[in-house]
Amino acid sequence: MTKILEVKDLELSFHTFAGEVKAIRGVNFDLHKGETLAIVGESGSGKSVTTKSIMRLLPESSAEYKNGEILFEGKDLTKIPEKNMQKIRGKDISMIFQDPMTSLNPTMTIGRQIMEPILKHQKLNKSEARKKTIELLNLVGIPNAENRYKMYPHQFSGGQRQRIVIAIALACNPKILIADEPTTALDVTIQAQILELMKDIQKKTDTSIIFITHDLGVVANVADRVAVMYGGRIVEIGTVDEIFYNPQHPYTWGLLSSMPSMDLEDQKLYAIPGTPPDLLNPPKGDAFALRSEYAMRIDMERRAPFFKVSETHYAATWLLHPQAPQVEPPALVIERMKTFKGSRYYVDQTGGTV
Amino acid sequence: MRNENEQEKLTPEDFERVTIDAHHSERIEKPSLSFWQDAWLGLRKNKAAIVSMVVLLLVILMALIGPHLNGHAGDTQNLRHANLPPKIPGIEATGFFDGDGKLAGKKVDLYEMKKVDEYYWFGTDGLGRDLFTRLWEGTRVSLFIAFVAAAIDMVIGVAYGGISGYFGGRTDDIMQRIVEILIGIPTLIVVILMIMIMDPGITAIIVAITITGWIGMSRIVRAQTLKYKSQEFVLASRTLGAKDGKIITKHLLPNMLGIIIINTMFTIPNAIFFEAFLSFIGIGLQPPAASLGTLINDGYKVMENQPYVLLFPAIVISVLMIAFNLIGDGLRDALDPKMKD
Amino acid sequence: MVKYIGKRIVYMFITLILIATASFFLMQTLPGSPIASYNKLNDTQKAIVEKKYGIDKPKPVQYAIYMKNLAKGDLGTSFVFKGKSVNDLLAKRLKPSLILGAQAMVFGTIVGILLGMLAALKHNTFWDYGSTFLAILGISIPSFVFASLLQYWIASEWHLLPVGLWNDGWKSSVLPSLALAMGPLALSARFIRTEMIEVLNSDYIVLAKAKGANGFEIAFKHAFRNALIPLITVLGPLAAGLVTGSLVVEQIFAIPGIGEQFVSSIMTNDHATIMGTTLMFSAFLIVVIFIVDILYGVIDPRIRVSGGKG
Ligand SMILES: Nc1ncnc2c1ncn2[C@@H]1O[C@H](COP(=O)(O)OP(=O)(O)OP(=O)(O)O)[C@@H](O)[C@H]1O
Ligand SMILES: [Mg+2]
Repeated sequence: MTKILEVKDLELSFHTFAGEVKAIRGVNFDLHKGETLAIVGESGSGKSVTTKSIMRLLPESSAEYKNGEILFEGKDLTKIPEKNMQKIRGKDISMIFQDPMTSLNPTMTIGRQIMEPILKHQKLNKSEARKKTIELLNLVGIPNAENRYKMYPHQFSGGQRQRIVIAIALACNPKILIADEPTTALDVTIQAQILELMKDIQKKTDTSIIFITHDLGVVANVADRVAVMYGGRIVEIGTVDEIFYNPQHPYTWGLLSSMPSMDLEDQKLYAIPGTPPDLLNPPKGDAFALRSEYAMRIDMERRAPFFKVSETHYAATWLLHPQAPQVEPPALVIERMKTFKGSRYYVDQTGGTV
Repeated sequence: MRNENEQEKLTPEDFERVTIDAHHSERIEKPSLSFWQDAWLGLRKNKAAIVSMVVLLLVILMALIGPHLNGHAGDTQNLRHANLPPKIPGIEATGFFDGDGKLAGKKVDLYEMKKVDEYYWFGTDGLGRDLFTRLWEGTRVSLFIAFVAAAIDMVIGVAYGGISGYFGGRTDDIMQRIVEILIGIPTLIVVILMIMIMDPGITAIIVAITITGWIGMSRIVRAQTLKYKSQEFVLASRTLGAKDGKIITKHLLPNMLGIIIINTMFTIPNAIFFEAFLSFIGIGLQPPAASLGTLINDGYKVMENQPYVLLFPAIVISVLMIAFNLIGDGLRDALDPKMKD
Repeated sequence: MVKYIGKRIVYMFITLILIATASFFLMQTLPGSPIASYNKLNDTQKAIVEKKYGIDKPKPVQYAIYMKNLAKGDLGTSFVFKGKSVNDLLAKRLKPSLILGAQAMVFGTIVGILLGMLAALKHNTFWDYGSTFLAILGISIPSFVFASLLQYWIASEWHLLPVGLWNDGWKSSVLPSLALAMGPLALSARFIRTEMIEVLNSDYIVLAKAKGANGFEIAFKHAFRNALIPLITVLGPLAAGLVTGSLVVEQIFAIPGIGEQFVSSIMTNDHATIMGTTLMFSAFLIVVIFIVDILYGVIDPRIRVSGGKG
């Protein structure tokens, strides 16, 4: 697997009237070619900021890269001049936003909006670009593209608009596609269609996708790997199976327990107590400790390093320290862990029903 | 992924469980602020608004005490002292406010020439009246008109909009048809027509300004009432049997307070402007009464030779208008950065 | 849409009839007689004059005649300028007012838009503060104060331009236009700034940036148009401000325009002319507001559906 993107020790702050908002406080992850990495975590944990920082889309007046690097094809994206960045945006890395209702320019035809990156990044003339645009519209499933090409965004439904946004993002066959909650604003059936579309396209183009979502169901459906974010850091990262069936960080436990599950209908939905940390004054140790029933004294003092669980699975919690006491995860999580080979609760169920 | 397996010494105590009551972290949350605290916190960061508030307070203070400061009365005419330029003791040596004026194109000390020993800080007008005293008397009148007009606008507007929005249905229909017609009539026309048929004076100006002035407020209040009326906390207290009066005073008004105040902050400079405008074109206050408008009108007439007569009231009215606008802007940003209008 | 326009036109007429009626009856209650040098006339002369202007008849009859003439577009006869029809009087004065108004509007909005753009693009820098300050000055300083100062410094002190009157070609129009332009300039600068800042923060601008657009393309290809369209909504207040300003500015610069006519008719109690001017101003403003609403209604769906405006 080739790494296409490496984010190392990224720290980023916003300077606001209230003070310095430490939105990203040390984020590390890699993205491999052709894979889908999902980022999950509660609202305000820094998912959008992380991805926007990769594309340098944050307001220059307030956002400051404090530390770390973002390596893409050997270049550190935090350092290269804006001009070069403009050549990468929309061509090598492109983005889909959450709300299709607001992410298209209301006074520009959708044709022109799709054509813009094509004309900008590819050496095509107007009519070739037009042809490409219509191809893209067909690809994302907008019927009757020749005619609809001249229409304005308000003449399309929400789902169609998101397809158009996807068409824009795909216009130049990007190497990385960042999708920030692309289906949250859509209703369930449309959500499923958009997800199918993205999976299809990924198969055809071998694009790497960073997929942000709140919906763990969606994660299970689309992702190869999952990064769990909390308070401006990634607290656990691993393959989908590892995160879902062998989670290690108490926050991941909380997250999984609060996920509605089909087979355990009688279970009361769990809500993680407390509120997200104040990023103006982030806590010294583990940001989640204040809300965690598994907190230890050291959690209050120092933040945990990443402990290796497997080659692909890392978690930043002191519970994995050799000296730490064994604790029992919530019952729901134990249920899950029982099915995962390599977890300490694994119960061999071979011989049972298939 | 890097594995930071630093092997420093961690003691067993480090791994002792600590029990945190789940609500502990909620205590770190910002305390919820009252409307006024919120407004003040937002406003405090706005330097322009703060400076404006200080300046405004100073002008109001001067409007109250200014006329008594220098011993000259505003309506005493003294033709021997007519048309004297400003002269202030202490800073006359700087070349400003030194009593020098133009006479037939030449610069002379008019005080010396006319053998005047007294100081007229802002000079005198053609009738020998002290302009400093008149300026602050005029400011007082202008502010009075503006505050009263704004208060009346507010009361009528809130009542009209509130009733229309709260009771809805036919009441609302009829009241809104009336507003639709009224809003089509240009304010200026109404103001001028009204003022023409009344005896000139403060009352006439206030009536003229308020006769259509309340409409803006009433529309805002109506929209707000409609918005809050159907919200859960209002519905809930209605189900619990709260009376209309209680719902209005307990739930609706407190929520609308901000927007009402902001809107009033903008009607005040508007009223100041209209008073001055009417007086300037000669249908507002009549001499010898002073207001900023009449003073500017007087000053305009002698602008060529005695520009200071125009200068001071022009500065005061501009400062007042700027201050009110900036405070209004500041309040609006503080209370609701998204709210425009 | 057609129904809406029809309804609006009906409202416009009702409003105008109301204004005509109100101004007619208000005129009747005015102190002082409308006829110049009335007091110097003897009784027979008075009777003749009153008969001539039709003010010997009972009020309701006068009203009916007035409204009937109005329907034909006849604003009546001036009481002060002997035998002149108000229509002629105003027609002659329309041109200077229109020229000043148009110049002020064009100059004011263009400069205002540029200033507003500058402020938004250089948000929170010296340029922003500078043009915001200028806009606050423009909104706050009354037009007659500004006009007086212009006249004093530029005309009286430095003799760069005429002090007043309408007899020196374009030069005569510069200072009054400038004085009038302050309002539109300040209002549009403020408006465009706010609009532009909001647009620049909107999702579709971030998307445009994500496509690789550069700063210039973002500002002019994507943001400008969207910030400009809502400016239509302030055209009504702008026009009202211009009319108000014209009353004082024309007076200060002694411009023979409608505004100056209005003020002097008030001074001379020229009822017919006051009513005529009132109606004209009202009609102008009402039509402007009407056009603005229709225009916005036509463009609005594009803006509203996209969630730009609430
Ligand atoms: N432009 C900005 N200025 C100041 N603070 C910001 C800015 N953008 C984001 N933040 C702060 O950074 C933190 C992370 O925000 P981010 O948008 O990344 O959250 P998120 O994980 O994407 O949440 P959500 O799931 O709600 O989209 C939040 O506390 C937010 O308030
Ligand atoms: Mg987000």
